[in-house]
Amino acid sequence: MTSSPTPGSNDPDPLVIAGRSLASRLVLGTGGATSHASLEAAVRASGTDLVTVAMRRVPQGGAGGLLDVLDRCEVALLPNTAGCRTAREALLTARLAREALGTSWVKLEVVADDRTLLPDVVELVDAAEQLVRDGFVVLPYTTDDPVVSRRLVDVGCAAVMPLGSPIGSGLGIRNPHAIELVRDAVDVPVILDAGIGTASDAALAMELGCDAVLLASAVTRAEDPASMAGAMRHAVIAGRLAHRAGRIPVRRLALASSPVAGRVGS
Amino acid sequence: MNISLNGEERIVRPGATVNDLVEELGVPTRGVAVALDHVIVPRSAWARTVVKVGARVDVVTAMQGG
Repeated sequence: MTSSPTPGSNDPDPLVIAGRSLASRLVLGTGGATSHASLEAAVRASGTDLVTVAMRRVPQGGAGGLLDVLDRCEVALLPNTAGCRTAREALLTARLAREALGTSWVKLEVVADDRTLLPDVVELVDAAEQLVRDGFVVLPYTTDDPVVSRRLVDVGCAAVMPLGSPIGSGLGIRNPHAIELVRDAVDVPVILDAGIGTASDAALAMELGCDAVLLASAVTRAEDPASMAGAMRHAVIAGRLAHRAGRIPVRRLALASSPVAGRVGS
Repeated sequence: MNISLNGEERIVRPGATVNDLVEELGVPTRGVAVALDHVIVPRSAWARTVVKVGARVDVVTAMQGG
């Protein structure tokens, strides 16, 4: 029998991606925070050790110290290719990120349109293949389609990140069955990405067998981001523990937990 | 001569380098990368890479993003 994982530095159940061990199974997106102070409080409360950033043209005078904030929090950076519509754009963005931030890890996003922000999986697989060949550790944001996930792993992706529902929607996991199928289809970490609204969504992702959860808006746009970040931290830990603990089967009718024998009056 | 810097037309002196343009933007060089006509210019090459007329230069860094 395996011992229960406990959160902390001696966690016997770390998340391992491309040979790198992460203590937290929560990846925090930094988009949507209203201030650096609010972001810093949320990052600290979340317990995460990996956060996403976007790559954008520098405004005149500089970008305002985001990297200093994240340095202080001692978190690793996962640059994304948000906003890219084609493999060509995603490749340039990923290479700029590698040059700017000194990391070969990339959250690969290639989306089809602004209304849904759904992944364009044809461009996605093409971009993933080229980036892997170029030495990147590729974590693709993808649909909840197990076949696409298998294709992404076939071309060398280090993890797959299926959506629960559209980015920023807070609709949660609309097709839990599909997420389970993705989990069964690949042998790399599955990170539920996009759509998380509240803590129970994150716990469900982990109970379904996901290895981690990536979320941004649910925390950064909450009324109290730091409190929600704390809630997400505990939800991910709880969901993981529940997944590993082996839940009881679902039954249609009651099964008494008190002894049947010896009832008074029987 | 005219070039495009981060999507804006700019007039720079002939012989200007990538390094000159980054300095003109007044940005900290840490966490910054440059693409010249959609090709990365490594930091080690900024000072010796001369920008030609009509060049498209993008200077990018990390921003908040999901």
